[in-house]
Amino acid sequence: MEPASKLDHNHHLSIKELPYIIRWKDHRCKRCGQCTAVCPVKAIEPAVKLRRVVFSEGLLPEPSVNRKIYHVIEQVTDIDRACTGCGACALVCPNDAIEPEYNPSNKFLHFKNKGGEGYKRGGRRNDPFISTLDRLKFTRISMLTDPALDAGRHEFRVRTLLGRILPSDELPLIEKDGKLTIDEENERFVPPVREIFPIMIGSMSVGALSPPMWEGLAMGVAYLNEVEGLPVVMCTGEGGVPPRLLKSRFLKYIIIQIASGYFGWDEIVHAIPHMVEDPAAIEIKYGQGAKPGDGGLLMAQKVLKLIASIRGVPQFVDLASPPTHQTKYSIEEAVAKMIQSMSMAWGFRVPVYPKISGTKTARSVLNNLARNPYAAALSIDGEDGGTGAAYNVSIDKMGHPIASNIRECYLDLVKQGKQNELPLIAAGGVGKKGNLAANAAALIMLGASAVSIGKYIMQATANCFGDEYNRCNICNTGKCPRGITTQDPKLYRRLDSDKVAERLVEVFKAANVELKKIFAPMGRSTELPIGMSDGLSVDDKAIADRLEISYAC
Amino acid sequence: MCRLSAITSNKYFSPMENILALETMKEGHDGSGLGLTLKDLGGHFEKLKSYPILSGICSKNGAKVLDDYMETAGFKLKDIWAPKIRNVKGITKRDHYFARIYDYPASFKHKSFCEKEDLLMNVRIALRKLGESDGSIFVFSFYPDTLTLKEVGDPLQVAEFFSLDCDNLKAKIIFAQGRQNTNYAIYLYACHPFFIQGYCTMTNGENTAFVPIREFLTGRGFPGYIGYNSDSEVFTHILHYTVRQLRFPLTYYKDVITPLKESEIEKRQDSKALKLIKQSLRPLCIDGPNVVIGFIPDGTCFMVHDAKKLRPGVVGGVKGKYALMSEECGLDSAIPKRDKSKDIFPMKYDMVIVKPQAEEVEIWNQLQN
Repeated sequence: MEPASKLDHNHHLSIKELPYIIRWKDHRCKRCGQCTAVCPVKAIEPAVKLRRVVFSEGLLPEPSVNRKIYHVIEQVTDIDRACTGCGACALVCPNDAIEPEYNPSNKFLHFKNKGGEGYKRGGRRNDPFISTLDRLKFTRISMLTDPALDAGRHEFRVRTLLGRILPSDELPLIEKDGKLTIDEENERFVPPVREIFPIMIGSMSVGALSPPMWEGLAMGVAYLNEVEGLPVVMCTGEGGVPPRLLKSRFLKYIIIQIASGYFGWDEIVHAIPHMVEDPAAIEIKYGQGAKPGDGGLLMAQKVLKLIASIRGVPQFVDLASPPTHQTKYSIEEAVAKMIQSMSMAWGFRVPVYPKISGTKTARSVLNNLARNPYAAALSIDGEDGGTGAAYNVSIDKMGHPIASNIRECYLDLVKQGKQNELPLIAAGGVGKKGNLAANAAALIMLGASAVSIGKYIMQATANCFGDEYNRCNICNTGKCPRGITTQDPKLYRRLDSDKVAERLVEVFKAANVELKKIFAPMGRSTELPIGMSDGLSVDDKAIADRLEISYAC
Repeated sequence: MCRLSAITSNKYFSPMENILALETMKEGHDGSGLGLTLKDLGGHFEKLKSYPILSGICSKNGAKVLDDYMETAGFKLKDIWAPKIRNVKGITKRDHYFARIYDYPASFKHKSFCEKEDLLMNVRIALRKLGESDGSIFVFSFYPDTLTLKEVGDPLQVAEFFSLDCDNLKAKIIFAQGRQNTNYAIYLYACHPFFIQGYCTMTNGENTAFVPIREFLTGRGFPGYIGYNSDSEVFTHILHYTVRQLRFPLTYYKDVITPLKESEIEKRQDSKALKLIKQSLRPLCIDGPNVVIGFIPDGTCFMVHDAKKLRPGVVGGVKGKYALMSEECGLDSAIPKRDKSKDIFPMKYDMVIVKPQAEEVEIWNQLQN
């Protein structure tokens, strides 16, 4: 007789505890094994079962009992191998015999802490509900008294400025014969400014992304700039830049990020004398919306030869960036120095700006930067920003929504009359529900000069499975089933960089058209309607009051 | 849509010429208000050109508050002019419509004109604040050789109400706007033309970029940038900011409100300066649909459009007298005897500039510089 301790399975999880339950159809399955092979977490496995079968073969019912061996696909209940719902199995199944189904009553988080280690994952905040950004409506429609513009006929300039803008009363100009010219005797520093498309690709590192993903993005960005005339820029994230790109003319479309680990910066600094173009900008990462106050993390399994060489580190070691820059003593001192050092490295020809995570203290940072004439912008990454690897508790519970954070910062600048001098870049949840252009336009009207996107780009250009029901979200493991966030050649071979580039171009071209379709009926086309808050409404009085926009229902 | 009627001449003329022009253009306005700004005054004011004139409306109580304030501030009343009010159906008579001519306080007599201008503006703002909550005082301008009249009603009836047809009120530059009330409640401070320290504009059409522009202007720390009961008031303040505060030549007003594309800027001789201006004054860019007619302290008048030219205007006349109108029929009314083939319909890059004393008219093209 079996001991009771084994028979009751008390130490096993039931399938109901898991976030996704595999629906496998015996009658459709031809046992090809592709689903089990493709599953990134080995949540399913082939199993052999002995079943009692009752059958009758004669003309008259003469039931007899037999025992047969069956091959089945079985879901494992080990928490470390819990189905992530990615659906790769359904993708490869030739007979539609298998698919995961979300289990809303799961207790995944109750158990996902084995070994005393908190649950780590990639993706963004698991909140599938409508965000504030998606609740904002564009309600100031030009009608009759001020005819709307025609998105197809009128000339639109959907562009923004990245860089510190001089106050109008400090311009080094002199009048001569009715014309203004630059006053050569005026030694006023004129900061570098780039004219860019207002939707930027946010920081995603070489290392976090697979080679074809990063290459696809870079190719798409170059095509957008050089063929389509859309000046889209992308940020490298922390982790260096491929050496060939550093020395190519395409560097001008790239924002290089420096973060607390300084990974790859030895290589970047040594490449400066060989650069034929300046980068679009330098982003100093002080925080990230998905994991505020937490450092970067590239797991050892993703640190392969290429990544190790770009970052200047040994292979197969965890690359953790500290939560803060180790030299950071105070914003007045260290941040100012860092901005100046980076500016100096490129002869003050490149805008340098910090990125912080959304926080109640953002205004303090802002006001300090407003007084620093070398600070080129402030990027604020809200709580819905994505990440390649972080503790779930950081992703889900830490951070500040971007809408009110960007709004209060903008209004603070308005009070000081500096809203045009220090551009604000908003990020975190832009396009979360697919409304890229609408979210971007709403943030611009709340006061952002530009927006930054990351997760949306992975979803739209490389079919990233991740969503806010914690689907997939295993970017941290290096086992990305789409080949987006992995350094495993077997996995990233699934991703075609040309297709990524092609989709990227489509995404930005469509966003450009959609932004025009938003701005045209509102009568705006010549300049980006930054801070045009009278164009926005929301159906919630509290949100309306907080954002200082109108309430409409 | 509002109708705009501006006439500039080397001889004094009656504002009735503007009013009649507005009447011919009447289809466009619904009679919700008339605003008149007169510069280079004749008649009663001809010998008082160096003294500031306070134009406004007040109640009996407001008059006392106003007098007390002006006395305390050290201004000495030299003369008073008031329109002869007739009863006109539909127009509610207020207690006092006035143009009070003052002499500067003794402490300011020898100060620079710039300092005097700031004093006058600050006094106007203070009076506005004193009477704004209860509507007891409205002050529209306080500046030498400039008079402003505003009232709610149909322009022709308001002219009759003020007896402008039989008054000796004359000037060499007169701006008139027949107001079309659209988004805002009828309010005197929302009535064009708007005036600040010698700079004046009137506009038709709505200003879709109003909020960012207003926020930029109010952030300049200049006390005169207040009000904004109309979204068009910002056009006047942009002009003032560009020309007086930043000391840019007048033509740069066009470059500020309708900046060129990067590729177009490259072709300009002043491209380096223009690039900086475009960046630093980015929030002042308008998107129309607007035509802006204005004058500056030296008596130069101008007309510009938004870049999409959705509100075309026309300029025409003869040497010594030009009219800048929102409609051709208004021009026909104001200056019928002119060579119509020389009428100017400014295109999107154009700024039509009429020199002081209506000496000549020129078209400044933004592309050709």
